[in-house]
Amino acid sequence: MSEKTAVEIVKAARSEEKITSAEILTQLFSDFIELHGDRSGTDDPAIKGGIADFHGQAVTVITTDRGQSIEERMACHFGCPEPGGYRKSLRLIKQAQKFGRPVFCFVNTPGAYPGQSAEENGQGSAIAQNLLEISKLAIPIITVVFGEGGSGGALALACGDEVWMLENSTYSILSPEGFASILWKDSSRAAEAAEIMQLTPQALKKQGVIEGIIAEPTDHQAVIANLDAVLTRELAALQKLTPAELLQHRQQRFRKF
Amino acid sequence: MKLYVQKKNTLSERHVKADQKADAKVPDDLLRKCPQCGLTIMSRQLGCYAECPQCHYGFRIGARQRLAWLTDEFDELDMDLQTKDPLAFPGYQDKLKNAQNKTQLNDAVLTGVARIGDQQAALGIMDPGFIMGSLGTVAGEKITRLFEHATQHRLPVIMVTASGGARMQEGIHSLMQMAKISNAVAAHDQAGLLYAVVLTGPTTGGVTASFAMQGDITLAEPHALVGFAGRRVIEQTMHQKIPNDLQAAENLLRHGFIDAIVKRTDEKAMLERLLKLGGAMRV
Repeated sequence: MSEKTAVEIVKAARSEEKITSAEILTQLFSDFIELHGDRSGTDDPAIKGGIADFHGQAVTVITTDRGQSIEERMACHFGCPEPGGYRKSLRLIKQAQKFGRPVFCFVNTPGAYPGQSAEENGQGSAIAQNLLEISKLAIPIITVVFGEGGSGGALALACGDEVWMLENSTYSILSPEGFASILWKDSSRAAEAAEIMQLTPQALKKQGVIEGIIAEPTDHQAVIANLDAVLTRELAALQKLTPAELLQHRQQRFRKF
Repeated sequence: MKLYVQKKNTLSERHVKADQKADAKVPDDLLRKCPQCGLTIMSRQLGCYAECPQCHYGFRIGARQRLAWLTDEFDELDMDLQTKDPLAFPGYQDKLKNAQNKTQLNDAVLTGVARIGDQQAALGIMDPGFIMGSLGTVAGEKITRLFEHATQHRLPVIMVTASGGARMQEGIHSLMQMAKISNAVAAHDQAGLLYAVVLTGPTTGGVTASFAMQGDITLAEPHALVGFAGRRVIEQTMHQKIPNDLQAAENLLRHGFIDAIVKRTDEKAMLERLLKLGGAMRV
């Protein structure tokens, strides 16, 4: 696997050439039906969800979305979900529990949207409810970070049984720019921050934050094939566990930190 | 606080001039200005509650100071845990030592089993003076163990929150605390036990996005700042100024995210009533 520096990985994670959520939804699954809305008055485009066919098995899929056109990107706040997005994801994961469907989450977000509307609609509360409720749902939940995994906004969709990362992705408490700004009052020291934060897949694997790293060739078809192989294998392993074993394993996964 | 500003040589200022050493003779912390209503208050008039007599804004106070008026008895837990400093962050150990000396705590939260009136509860109080009450591995472990202790002994939990969010110096390990604590809150919840939160200013970031917003009952102190993102970040995102009260407890109450606003002077009595009624099991 690559010998990239943390700064190079941060840059690659934000690259325009990355695989998109639209590609994942259409190519990884033979059928995908999008389900909209949080049932509390909003439908956040920054989180898409629905039910899909994964090798003949019904699964619930949730992905953050950055949009394609400028209009879409602005509506998605460039991949930063509003509280309604998290509420939609929780609604769909609870639905998955009802039907015993496994859940796949795909995450590429700079973080939860930090705007006035998000504050007034309870951004903190929405993420907190995901963390609390998902920990109780006894269905396999696997997350793949395929770009940026920004803070609580990523954790809200990465609190299940396993987290995998594409080779060129990051998962951190804050962006390196924000980290440098808070700790050293100087966002231009972002490169230095990136090195110290241990936000690369290799560093996170070593610390037991993630289960593994998925190789990411430039050909997106190959990336889809790699995702398919990992998800097929890991899902089969998780489905061997009883509900009680699954929840206990999930609890222990976080208890060690 | 500076007592006078010398600009011109007017008659009244010549009188002030008569004692130019006045500043030096007056202790720095003699007067406090309420950041909410602007009232100038003699520090000693603030009393143990450190509450503005005009608007009831609560000044930031340490966990041990709060413990003194909130509880009748307290058995402290896990006061010796120390961080493993997972990022080996430069200067972090010194910062911790200073904070420990200042607050008389091992980390940003004080935990234990308390008696409040005739009610017993597991109690956690965060200290905004300990690296901004930030959530690191030790605070996260203490809160997790508090919930585990409460679940095991069938006790309600009260968390008094005050935090700037994640402990930057512990990176992703700080983020993992949010999930770890949430798991412990869920187990406590599923055991049918009461969890009450008292939000104090400031409660922000990863603490708001986890256990601060997972209570059965959520109280807040008057004018307490409670939010997810920091004001500067929101203004940079919006490219405009945001209303002063956007993250005020009163605005959260209007939007339905908290149950009630309670003055510090009423807090103990309110918690005692809640413990009595809110956590009662069906007979």
